[in-house]
Amino acid sequence: MSSPDGTAPPDRPADGTPAPQAEPQIEDLVVGEPAGPAPHFEGLAAAHADDQPTQAAAAATATGPKLELGPVGHLGDRLFAGLARGSGGLVVAIVAFVGVFLLALAIPALADNQSSFLFSRVWEPGGEEPRFGIAALFYTTVVSSIIAMVIAVPIAVGVALFTTYYAPKRLAAPVAHAIDLLAAVPSIIYGLWGILFFAPILRPVIDGVSGALGWLPVFEKPTGDNVGVVFTASVVLAIMILPVVTAISREIFAQTPIAHREGALALGATRWEMIRISVLPYGRSGVVSASMLGLGRALGETVAVLIILSVPNGNDPWNSSIFAGGETFASKIANNAAEFDSPEKTGAYIAAGLVLFVVTFLVNSAARLIVARSGPGGKRPRRNRSAGGAAAKEGAVA
Amino acid sequence: MAKRIEVGGLNVYYGDFKAVEDVSMTIEPRSVTAFIGPSGCGKSTYLRTLNRMHEVIPGARVEGKVMLDQQDLYATGVDPVAVRRVVGMVFQRPNPFPTMSIFDNVASGLKLNGVKDRKKLTAVVEQSLQAANLWNEVKDRLDKPGAGLSGGQQQRLCIARAIAVEPEVILMDEPCSALDPISTLAIEDLIEKLKDRFTVVIVTHNMQQAARVSDQTAFFNLAATGKPGRLIEMGPTKQIFSNPNEKATEDYITGRFG
Amino acid sequence: MSVLAANKPAYDGQTLDLSGKSGARAFKNTLATVLIVLAFAVALIPLLWILWTVISKGYSLLFDANWWSQSQRGVTVRREGGGAYHAVMGTLIMGLITAAIAVPIAILGAIYLVEYGKGTKAARAVSFMVDILTGVPSIVAALFVYAVWITVFGFNRVGFAVSLSLVLLMLPVVLRSTEEMLKLVPDELREASYALGVPKWKTILKVVVPTAFGGIVTGVMLGLARVMGETAPLLILVGYSKNINLNPFDGFMGALPTMINQDRTELALEPAADRVWAAALTLILLVLALNLLARLVARFSAIKSK
Repeated sequence: MSSPDGTAPPDRPADGTPAPQAEPQIEDLVVGEPAGPAPHFEGLAAAHADDQPTQAAAAATATGPKLELGPVGHLGDRLFAGLARGSGGLVVAIVAFVGVFLLALAIPALADNQSSFLFSRVWEPGGEEPRFGIAALFYTTVVSSIIAMVIAVPIAVGVALFTTYYAPKRLAAPVAHAIDLLAAVPSIIYGLWGILFFAPILRPVIDGVSGALGWLPVFEKPTGDNVGVVFTASVVLAIMILPVVTAISREIFAQTPIAHREGALALGATRWEMIRISVLPYGRSGVVSASMLGLGRALGETVAVLIILSVPNGNDPWNSSIFAGGETFASKIANNAAEFDSPEKTGAYIAAGLVLFVVTFLVNSAARLIVARSGPGGKRPRRNRSAGGAAAKEGAVA
Repeated sequence: MAKRIEVGGLNVYYGDFKAVEDVSMTIEPRSVTAFIGPSGCGKSTYLRTLNRMHEVIPGARVEGKVMLDQQDLYATGVDPVAVRRVVGMVFQRPNPFPTMSIFDNVASGLKLNGVKDRKKLTAVVEQSLQAANLWNEVKDRLDKPGAGLSGGQQQRLCIARAIAVEPEVILMDEPCSALDPISTLAIEDLIEKLKDRFTVVIVTHNMQQAARVSDQTAFFNLAATGKPGRLIEMGPTKQIFSNPNEKATEDYITGRFG
Repeated sequence: MSVLAANKPAYDGQTLDLSGKSGARAFKNTLATVLIVLAFAVALIPLLWILWTVISKGYSLLFDANWWSQSQRGVTVRREGGGAYHAVMGTLIMGLITAAIAVPIAILGAIYLVEYGKGTKAARAVSFMVDILTGVPSIVAALFVYAVWITVFGFNRVGFAVSLSLVLLMLPVVLRSTEEMLKLVPDELREASYALGVPKWKTILKVVVPTAFGGIVTGVMLGLARVMGETAPLLILVGYSKNINLNPFDGFMGALPTMINQDRTELALEPAADRVWAAALTLILLVLALNLLARLVARFSAIKSK
């Protein structure tokens, strides 16, 4: 319980100062031990601290009334610090527990698995010889999310530029709020709207692209009138991650130093040139990190995808086309909640969930790393309270 | 009220870095003592050791003695929190609590330490604001936020806040550096008045200010960048400014460096 | 003539071309403007479209007093009538339980990170764990609680299990936003309080937290808004009940997202479709109300986040 804040209870000196008695003493100061017997108060005993100076005062030949410098009640400090530390520890414990638990349930199922977990596309976790692999889930999850990101990011950058540098001041704030509202719409409503109203108008786009590029397996024309395809899910996911990407990009564009912008304008740059010369380079890392965060959201989205994607028939051959149905990690798990009747089956789904978690975590970490590495989009500089920072500050200020 | 501070062989460290070296001095009660010196000479750091505020910074530590009359502030069993109740501090930039009204700002020291008696609080707030030369300006809007005052008024509010807990000593860390000349004058008048009741120590960058308000002046300097700051000399303000013993003091005062 | 020539005007007689930039640059500039405005329009379309869909199809039932006071007990997809009381209550109950568990841990955890652990290895470990939690997809959180609550302990699917999984989602959101807010509180205020001889815990509780209060509340409400719209944990951890069940520890429970999910395959039937859209509108209104409230609180906050 070291306390660098200097409010440590006196029986635990914060700074590790050696006993001052060892120091050179000033002649006329040596009038006994002024602070009294300095008892070591613990916890509740500190409440009696008031008594102490009186005793001390009797012993000392002070020039004035003795000051109360003994311990004040630090019970509150200990309790509160304990609570705060406990909560921090609890967070660590929760995450560790989640991880250990999921692994513990996934490992037996993986051990029984008769096919390659990473490379197989079958999913038959029940029965005597469970066979399941995540290849198909992984493919659909990643492809749908990446398409979503590719669609969302340019639009988000455009919207962010619009609100920061194009829209009239009075319009900018309401517009920004309106886009933020998109984030407030629950995902099940996106799913419903997506499949019922949005999918039909995507139909011509799907037909057009698959007609022209259908010779590529990725764009292969779907069979039947199916609109619940990966591409539709991607577009809806793009709408869903738009507000996140926009909000972060907006914040970073707005932070472009005025000097950079005015520098560009003073050279005779047009508004677009100013943005291209100063704003975009400044915000690039921020936009990249915002895109990654958006991608992370898309990867884990469950219900919208669940509603939109049509589950392929078990007997159909696997189809890599983005114009076919499919299942993502999340939709697969949610779709089969009813199947969690045996630990083996549950374990298979948990293993899939773990993979999803790892992928999402890697993507999010990449986003954070980009933010941390590059200055502008990174954290605003804060006052540094560390020893070195304080010394530097003293130098700058005193 | 008002105590004598005696410092013996004080060293201040930030981690491994020695910021202040071997300072010994006596600060007289009911007087104003000014610390002057170039940037980075450790005078603010040293000031903070007089009420153990330096301990707020992780890694900062002190060797030596600081005696408040007969009591060593660094003795075992002494609580830094208790020390700060008797040695108050006013900071460089006015820092009233933004969530509190003017009244609550002044009363905050007492309230946060458990005083609930409304009558007593009202009395203390009025006395403190009177003492800080602010009462007439704010008496009609005590329930308004403290942050709504001007910079100079905010700084006097902070002084009132420090007075309200009835400390023995008031430390001021460049209290006027963020203020305009008129507000500065108001604070200087106030300092003059405060020394009737308190031991006042003020760090200032402004030598005219030191000459105007202080009775004693201590000059700090450092041999070179990266070396610890030291007390060069200390004496009555008149003597330091007219006839210093040390060449460095004279150079600094006449504006040859710093 | 010669006299006139000597008497030259101060300017050299040539006019500068101030008419504008060259054609190509002007074109690019205009093109960029058009594209950016277009991007904005494209972004706005789905928002307006979704809102229009939900409002136009769902508003009528919301004016029916029964909608707010009755459940769907005994109402089939082909019949009109009933209300969303059971689902609204379920969503609120599960949301509030979630907040009651997550908010204290989150705020204390943030206080630990900013006020106590700053710069220590332990704090970095906690911070890393929060980062991990932030990335946990809702379906994984649900799966985890399923594994603990049902597979291991053998409990039933109940509302409280949903709250537990939502805690995992809400905790990092509130913790991070609180942390940001606490960091924005200037150290000067802490020092001012310490200099008055106020102990650290009181400084935190009476000075630091009140200063950041608006921002903290905003974070809590945004977190709550987020978890109330979650569907995945509901699908896995509690069955949908048409009846009013206010007990989170026993039996299935209605909730707005699952009420929508329940009848979404029966949209061809008008009574079912009406109820689905009305439930969707109710959910949006609930989440929106929390968002707007959060913004309102943020406006009166003592410190500004941006």
